[in-house]
Amino acid sequence: MTRDTMEGFTMAALDSRTEAPVMEVRPDVLDERENALEVREGVDEATVAAVASLGAYKYGFQTDIETEYAPKGVNPDIVRLISEKNNEPQWMTDWRLKAFERWTQMEEVDWAMLDLPDIDFQDQYYYARPKSMAMKPKSLDEVDPKLLDTYKKLGIPLKEQEILAGVERPEGERRVAVDAVFDSVSVGTTFKAELAKAGVIFCSISEAIREHPELVRKYLGSVVPPSDNFYATLNSAVFSDGSFVYIPPGVRCPMELSTYFRINAENTGQFERTLIIADKGSYVSYLEGCTAPKRDVAQLHAAVVEIIAEEDAEVKYSTVQNWFPGDADGRGGIYNFVTKRADCRGDRSKVQWTQVETGSAITWKYPSCILRGNESQGEFYSIAITNNHQQADTGTKMIHLGKNTRSRIVSKGISAGQAQNTYRGLVSMHPKATNSRNYTQCDSLLIGDKCGAHTVPYIEVRNNSSRVEHEATTSKVDEDQLFYCRSRGVGEEEAVALVVNGFCKEVLQVLPMEFMVEAQQLVAISLEGSVG
Amino acid sequence: MSRLARPNLRAETTASRLAGLTLPQGGAWLRAARGGALARVEALGLPQRRDEYWRFTDPTTLTAPDPTPAAPMNDDEGPAFAEVGALRLVFVDGRFDPQASDADAVEGLEIERLSDAATRDLHWAQGLYGTLEAEGQKPVARPLAALNTAFAGDGVLIRVTGVVERPVHIVYRHDSTTSDAILHHVVKLEPGARLTLLESGPAAARFNKVTEVEVADGATFHHVRTQGRDRERRAATHIFARLGERSDFRSFTLTFNGVLTRNEVVLNLTGDDAIAHVAGAAVGDGDFHHDDTVFVTHGAESCESRQVFKKVLRNGATGVFQGKILVKPGAQKTDGYQLSQALLLDERSQFLAKPELEIYADDVKCSHGSTAGALDETAMFYLRSRGVPERDAKDLLTLAFLQEALQEIADERLAQDLSRRLEGWLSRRR
Repeated sequence: MTRDTMEGFTMAALDSRTEAPVMEVRPDVLDERENALEVREGVDEATVAAVASLGAYKYGFQTDIETEYAPKGVNPDIVRLISEKNNEPQWMTDWRLKAFERWTQMEEVDWAMLDLPDIDFQDQYYYARPKSMAMKPKSLDEVDPKLLDTYKKLGIPLKEQEILAGVERPEGERRVAVDAVFDSVSVGTTFKAELAKAGVIFCSISEAIREHPELVRKYLGSVVPPSDNFYATLNSAVFSDGSFVYIPPGVRCPMELSTYFRINAENTGQFERTLIIADKGSYVSYLEGCTAPKRDVAQLHAAVVEIIAEEDAEVKYSTVQNWFPGDADGRGGIYNFVTKRADCRGDRSKVQWTQVETGSAITWKYPSCILRGNESQGEFYSIAITNNHQQADTGTKMIHLGKNTRSRIVSKGISAGQAQNTYRGLVSMHPKATNSRNYTQCDSLLIGDKCGAHTVPYIEVRNNSSRVEHEATTSKVDEDQLFYCRSRGVGEEEAVALVVNGFCKEVLQVLPMEFMVEAQQLVAISLEGSVG
Repeated sequence: MSRLARPNLRAETTASRLAGLTLPQGGAWLRAARGGALARVEALGLPQRRDEYWRFTDPTTLTAPDPTPAAPMNDDEGPAFAEVGALRLVFVDGRFDPQASDADAVEGLEIERLSDAATRDLHWAQGLYGTLEAEGQKPVARPLAALNTAFAGDGVLIRVTGVVERPVHIVYRHDSTTSDAILHHVVKLEPGARLTLLESGPAAARFNKVTEVEVADGATFHHVRTQGRDRERRAATHIFARLGERSDFRSFTLTFNGVLTRNEVVLNLTGDDAIAHVAGAAVGDGDFHHDDTVFVTHGAESCESRQVFKKVLRNGATGVFQGKILVKPGAQKTDGYQLSQALLLDERSQFLAKPELEIYADDVKCSHGSTAGALDETAMFYLRSRGVPERDAKDLLTLAFLQEALQEIADERLAQDLSRRLEGWLSRRR
């Protein structure tokens, strides 16, 4: 989606505020913004308000829709209720209850460089479902138009018919199958039939639990065990939906797969679970996007993603995380606690994580690779941008267990405003992981003197035929580069965006095409208001 | 469940260690410092295996009530730094040996034993003894240093008022298999003063040492030490330094052998334009475990800090590096550099590192690099193809690897002395 259409949409929403998807305009926030701005003569207030409401976050609207909530809080009954709503078999309910039991014995972790607020885990809704989804729609045609509209406005096409007809699709355009998750449920998955022809299973995880129990039972929790960490354990107990992907042996998935997560309901946590299985010799590229409405009260998001790569399989997982980051004063936003891990089980398997983290008030996320198979490869490319009061503690773990394994880490952290941005990573070479290699490059960029950028790498080398190299730098935006841009008439904010995009280039270029364009724009948008 | 068990374990370890110690008698100034330190130890508790700051090094033998016996080694290499004519102060198993020590008066230099100074009610060291250690307890606790402040039996208090050319050399001798030495030194450099402090020797079966250094505006402090070759010894040392404007602090440590060495350096750059270089080379084999833990805080503008640590590990030896550069808000124009490298000479040796940056100012230049791996095969091939025997080629490349750290020593004579000792160590392992 281009920035122009997004702005167009926002303006339209402003004009007709009574329409269903209402753009939230919070007068209090606007007032403060106005005071902060020096309004020149001749600029009317409406313009200022419109500009302010555009803000940095373009996806802050809310969909007015009837929503069913499970009672607030979490306990074994809620766990059973979620399981029941998903029509799950008994083994799944038991699995969840066991995880819940473990969770009650665990404590929140405090080792991250995050100023964690007290989260009342009983003051949340753990299940919220659009009322129209009570009866699972059989096809996308039956889905509530308001829901489809929401995704349309987010730039996520859920209409496969037109595209399938081939009328509007220019030659060579890449197609992407989408699983759309709205609050606690999956509202629809596109291109299922076409994917099925190739033998690819792409559906919501709740469906997979019912339809493909043998695969789910074999793989669920095999990479991130239910007792892994506080947030993953909570997720194991209460996850409501998510995506399931199975690529059979030797199949190259005919199109990119993606999941789009949208949080809409208030005071509701989203707990989704993604399970991707790439069988021997298969390939899949998977994209993940996420947004949420602007709200004053922070919301919890605790996801788990498990990837299994068998022999010679390759998985690319790309995320553009754009949850609502909170307002300029640090109110609201998503608390994002995510456990993502890939198990490169088979020899010569390969997993690539790419993430662009621009949203969330708090990000706690370490997509990792267990390089178990000989000659397996793990890659991690990350851009994490924090502005205003955002906090991010993110990085990766590369655990080398197999011989001749390779890993590469490129992390770019950008901190502006009063934000804190931490890279935290582990590279571990086990004694048997002989002849393995790791290269790590962590660069941090600071914009302004009130923010922080930190690097916390752990390096453990337990054999001598492996080679580990780690480099990290921290600096400010290069004055010479800025001056060059400015002297050629580029505006200050644009110049910063340009320099920052250059700084992130190594990561941007490994993103799939659609995401690259979006990510470049996000980089610019996320830094709006950080200079001058 | 285990979370509940841990605080008890910490309390038990702390209580049983403290039970075997008595607070030394002393004058009013020292009593207060010792009392404060004891309170810190009791509040913090001694380090545990599961503490994040002890992730790579097991502190059990350092906190046990009694030291693990360690046989002294007959060092046949002759005394270190013999050529520079330093003023020698000798400690045997942590006890001062006046006969073996020099007592010459040197202009600009005041030296006093801690146990002598302790009898007085007032002392110039009052504002320093235990003070820099206490400041160094945040943001990371260093309970072994607080234990030292409370119970140190002796040490030297050095005040430098001018430019002192003659180095001061503290010589440690390890004589008894069961010695458990706690020494605490204080060095105060007045504005513009200059001193080179040398240290050598293995000190004791178990050695806990704290050195507090105040480097006032424009003062220069050079520190070079070598930690002796005793294989079974254990040591936990701390250097706490506060650096004033335009001050210059350089510290280099060479470590041979030792089943456990933890060297912590805590530097606080409080004046603009200060320079702090801290470097080290460590070589060991077998059950050698060496841990360099460095924490540099930039609290002023335009300061430069540099860390260079190199380790050569063989036959299953372990090297640890935990280095941190903290740049406080407002510490603009900071130049921070950190390098940690390990050469693993066999497949069982390991290198564990955590090189950290924590930065709250934007106009800074900070970087770190860390590498671990075997000898460069191309370089080996080159030397072999030119007729250099394999062992010679290995030693040559190993020395070349360590040389980068030795270059951090400003005084050529000292660097050469240490270089010769390194060659000796390597040649004995052929």
